[in-house]
Amino acid sequence: MLATASQRILGQSFQNIRPAVSVLRSYSSAAKQITVRDALNSALDEEMSADPKVFLMGEEVGEYQGAYKITKGLLEKYGPERVLDTPITEAGFTGIGVGAAYYGLKPVVEFMTFNFSMQAIDHIINSAAKSNYMSAGQISVPIVFRGPNGAAAGVGAQHSQCYASWYASCPGLKVLSPYNSEDARGLLKAAIRDPDPVVFLENELLYGESFSVSDEVLDSSFCLPIGKAKIEREGKDVTITAFSKMVGYALKAAEMLEKDGIYAEVINLRSIRPLDRSTINASVRKTNRLITVEEGFPQHGVGAEICASVVEESFAYLDAPVERIAGADVPMPYAANLERLAVPQIEDIVRAAKRACYRSVPLAATA
Amino acid sequence: MALSYLRSSSSRSVNLLKPLSSSLPLRRPISTDTTPITVETSVPFTSHQCDAPSRSVETNPKELLTFFRDMALMRRMEIAADSLYKAKLIRGFCHLYDGQEAVAVGMEAAVTKKDCIITAYRDHCTFIGRGGTLLEVFAELMGRQAGCSKGKGGSMHFYKKDSNFYGGHGIVGAQVPLGCGLAFAQKYSKDETVTFALYGDGAANQGQLFEALNISALWDLPAILVCENNHYGMGTAEWRAAKSPAYYKRGDYVPGLKVDGMDALAVKQACKFAKEHALKNGPIILEMDTYRYHGHSMSDPGSTYRTRDEISGVRQERDPIERIRKLILSHDLATEKELKDIEKEVRKEVDDTITQAKESPMPEPSELFTNVYAKGLGVESFGADRKEVRATLP
Repeated sequence: MLATASQRILGQSFQNIRPAVSVLRSYSSAAKQITVRDALNSALDEEMSADPKVFLMGEEVGEYQGAYKITKGLLEKYGPERVLDTPITEAGFTGIGVGAAYYGLKPVVEFMTFNFSMQAIDHIINSAAKSNYMSAGQISVPIVFRGPNGAAAGVGAQHSQCYASWYASCPGLKVLSPYNSEDARGLLKAAIRDPDPVVFLENELLYGESFSVSDEVLDSSFCLPIGKAKIEREGKDVTITAFSKMVGYALKAAEMLEKDGIYAEVINLRSIRPLDRSTINASVRKTNRLITVEEGFPQHGVGAEICASVVEESFAYLDAPVERIAGADVPMPYAANLERLAVPQIEDIVRAAKRACYRSVPLAATA
Repeated sequence: MALSYLRSSSSRSVNLLKPLSSSLPLRRPISTDTTPITVETSVPFTSHQCDAPSRSVETNPKELLTFFRDMALMRRMEIAADSLYKAKLIRGFCHLYDGQEAVAVGMEAAVTKKDCIITAYRDHCTFIGRGGTLLEVFAELMGRQAGCSKGKGGSMHFYKKDSNFYGGHGIVGAQVPLGCGLAFAQKYSKDETVTFALYGDGAANQGQLFEALNISALWDLPAILVCENNHYGMGTAEWRAAKSPAYYKRGDYVPGLKVDGMDALAVKQACKFAKEHALKNGPIILEMDTYRYHGHSMSDPGSTYRTRDEISGVRQERDPIERIRKLILSHDLATEKELKDIEKEVRKEVDDTITQAKESPMPEPSELFTNVYAKGLGVESFGADRKEVRATLP
């Protein structure tokens, strides 16, 4: 698929422009290509193998091999006591998962998409997130809620919402969102090992994408820290923050901007809560300009929080107003052309970056 | 003779108090006496999809005395909480359990501290039953450091993990799936223990309850759903909220038992039966027919939707402490004075504990930021003015 090919090209040019210093920081010598799907599957497999308290629960996770095949093969390997197919009753099975976590087990609850998590949101917030606090530390809740989040393709308004900002506003939760296979493996493993409730926001359209991973990433002890963003591409002129699928778009936008002499620094947030404010602010202090990118609704979104953080911490360093690129402020339409207008496109990111650099191009006639 | 005196009182008590086996002619110190006594429950159990247990319950003087003392303590504690609330030392919500004590003590008599209990917000006495102390209760109610949740939970959020008491939940009905989750974990861990998930008649209509029950029945979880039917969901009588107020039958394919929740021995028998059932056959529902003397909470006088005659009627005919008192007296296990002395002792204990609780300080301001996470990762958190108040989460 085109995306995979361009990913490889991107990877190569990435190596070219990256200064030597960052080679030490990242895991070089790409050994293998794995899809995000396989990355998630292997992470689940390894964590279940390492800790008998870890079990999976959700609709179609077992016999169907997972609605998106993320849990493929796990029922066969671990048996029906550890991979549980549930009825279509999110409130019930999420509550059961949280109760099991109260007792000390480590459930991984799958929502077929996070849209359905709204049926269970009381358990995520009131039963899981707040329990450690309300009990002054007696009841910790080592649970992971995972599944695809945000827009897919053509699935309409009720199946396309991004829940990052809703969950990330809640103290007591940790909210992670991987972009590539390394993120998927490292963050999911970290989430499962973490003693607190973690909301793990995947992306359906990324499941099939392949990324290079080093041997270190493939090792079963591999884990990424929660709360640390990754600088995917270094730059000096403008900072672009993104998470999940939008990281890919931001990287492509950075490629295009480079041709115009604008060197963008792309930050892959990885962790929405805790938000890595220090990495973001350090970057903005270097570049003096910020574009936040997200797929979700703009009002009260992740970008709004990042903007506020930068205004609070690094106001004197800003040379331009912070720009937000987000999904359109409408329910997701079905028609392909309208859907395209409802989610950020690479050109939106490029345009906003140029605006921040005072080099905007007149807007197109329509839209 | 004690027995003939009692025959002249209300008809309901006659069956109860007639000893089926004679006690010893000479009284041993009641607090250690475990000579078996068999007593009949006030009414037979009504069952749904199962065979009801026998009405004859085995008990002994020590247990009866424990019931009496524990319930008297709970009663006094709740009444004292009422006064503290009116004195504005307790804030927010305060849901009192007086009248329902028999459910808490009867259940504890049938289970171990390895079995789990989870309930909603009317949790003060359940917490005491699980081994919580009076100090932890009063201090928590007043928001002090000595509270069971260090003052950070409040009335609705008591927990005691070391004796498998999982709270203390404010969202009506949420505790039922959580309880089924505890049962799942017990089965997963092969612990051979059960979970009692308590809920009220108001919560009995919650969809998530049926979702959890369905899964529990499918997966054979050792979950016992206990409906504490005090007949009013806040101000709404059961017949106005439920098309079918026969809560013990609402499980449909799940067996159920209706129990006189004002009779501690009936509660004990039912819980014992339920535990055996749940370990072998999966979920079961117990409906405890009980009553709360107070309103729903301290902001509800409790008399706008029910008559004072009804409340005083229940107090006179069915009070759980009076039932045990009559039982103890009719079996000649203690004198009236001895029981009154216990009540005086309990009253003093409650008063002394309140004094002690009042001396416990409020939490340090730094406690605002503790326990947000089990593992805070050194992340920053903020107060209302983040330029003024910041903290690093441990």
